[in-house]
Amino acid sequence: MGRLEIHNLTFRDRGPYSLQINGGECVGLQGASGSGKSLLLRAIADLDPHGGSMRLDQMECADVPAPQWRKSVAMLPAESSWWLDTVEEHFKNFSAISKDYLAQLGFDSEVGGWQVSRLSTGEKQRLAILRMLENRPGALLLDEPTASLDAVNITNVEQLLLEYGCDNNVPLLWVSHDPDQLVRVADRCLYMHPDGKLTAYGENDGC
Amino acid sequence: MGVKPLSPFDLSLAAMLVLALGILSWRLRLGLEKRLAISALRTTVQLLFIGQVLRVLFTHANFIFVFTISMVMLLVAGREVVARQHRRIRGLQGWFLGTGSMFVSSFAVAFFALAVVIAKDPWYTPQYAIPLLGMLLGNTMNGIALSMDRMTETLWQQRRIVEQRLLLGQTSLEAIHEIRQQAMRSGMIPIINSMAAAGLVSLPGMMTGQILGGSSPMDAVKYQILIMFLICAGTGFGVITAITLTCRKLFDDRQRLRLEVLQKH
Repeated sequence: MGRLEIHNLTFRDRGPYSLQINGGECVGLQGASGSGKSLLLRAIADLDPHGGSMRLDQMECADVPAPQWRKSVAMLPAESSWWLDTVEEHFKNFSAISKDYLAQLGFDSEVGGWQVSRLSTGEKQRLAILRMLENRPGALLLDEPTASLDAVNITNVEQLLLEYGCDNNVPLLWVSHDPDQLVRVADRCLYMHPDGKLTAYGENDGC
Repeated sequence: MGVKPLSPFDLSLAAMLVLALGILSWRLRLGLEKRLAISALRTTVQLLFIGQVLRVLFTHANFIFVFTISMVMLLVAGREVVARQHRRIRGLQGWFLGTGSMFVSSFAVAFFALAVVIAKDPWYTPQYAIPLLGMLLGNTMNGIALSMDRMTETLWQQRRIVEQRLLLGQTSLEAIHEIRQQAMRSGMIPIINSMAAAGLVSLPGMMTGQILGGSSPMDAVKYQILIMFLICAGTGFGVITAITLTCRKLFDDRQRLRLEVLQKH
């Protein structure tokens, strides 16, 4: 996979936003609540109407069916949703999920048979990450992926997502309210102001 | 044997029962007295009025007249479908979805029954056409209103789940598959249940009316079976059409959930 290019993206009364994230690069996004960070991710995932153009590597958003775009440019919402009884029913093929991934997030293959209603918020969030990665996306839009996790799991999730990005040359856009986390994970950071303006700050080393 | 005519006094005796219920509702603070009174009054006025209209209609079997009455019935039913939805599609489109679906299903089924099954000459003989269409529309209206209400309400409640499924790359139809199924089922279950219970638990209204009117029970039963099948088909086709059209309105061409097309009642 490769570069995610956003050109003059507008939605509601916001924008235009132009942004490029290279394969394997993680861009942190911070900003006050209600400044429109999640809306920006939703627009990039093509979940809300928007203007402008977006492209992932050679794939132009407007040229491919929306489900194909969303499989490639995967968004992880701040709170995961589940609608069937067991964990594995939410996966296309749970048995094919990498044992390493499961172990890294503190699960074994037994978790497939667990009842969703008995999962904690943190367990749901970690499983939602595995569910998102099952499509082998080419870009990740992460909306506070560790907000409901304890310190150990935060480290594990950060490591897993960064590894996935680096190993597969996948661009990451990572929304977080925790500046320390962004220092750890992001190669560079953007700040969204309450009026929706996006400014750059801070630069780290890459993969 | 002809039907024994009912005098206004006979009807007022029955009205006493409704009055008693109203008093009970007031004592129990159910807050239904006003609605009960208005509905009882409406049923009396509306039925007396339609009785007069039908009396004129039956003596002049005129197609234009039958068609006009049918259209009035359809428009009123369409308004009722809209009124019964907690969250409905904004503007004329919402009205058109319900009314259009009712028109397609009820009118097609009624035409089939009149022209092919009953085959009276002319096919629009009002003694057959109006009651048949009335029963079809009444039931289709209930089915469509129930299913559309279920569809929009469940979709509203489960919007996060639907969007999560879209984010995982499901198509809009996949993402609302169960909601759509349940909505269609909820519109069709009442008629399927009443077919199963017909004769055992209840004697359907039309058949009772025919028997009271002096028809032989077997003739009445055959007409009732016909009506049941027609209502079942009309409701089923109507519900499927209405839900299919509603689903299309709730997503845009990029398969995004567009809940802003809904308006709370």
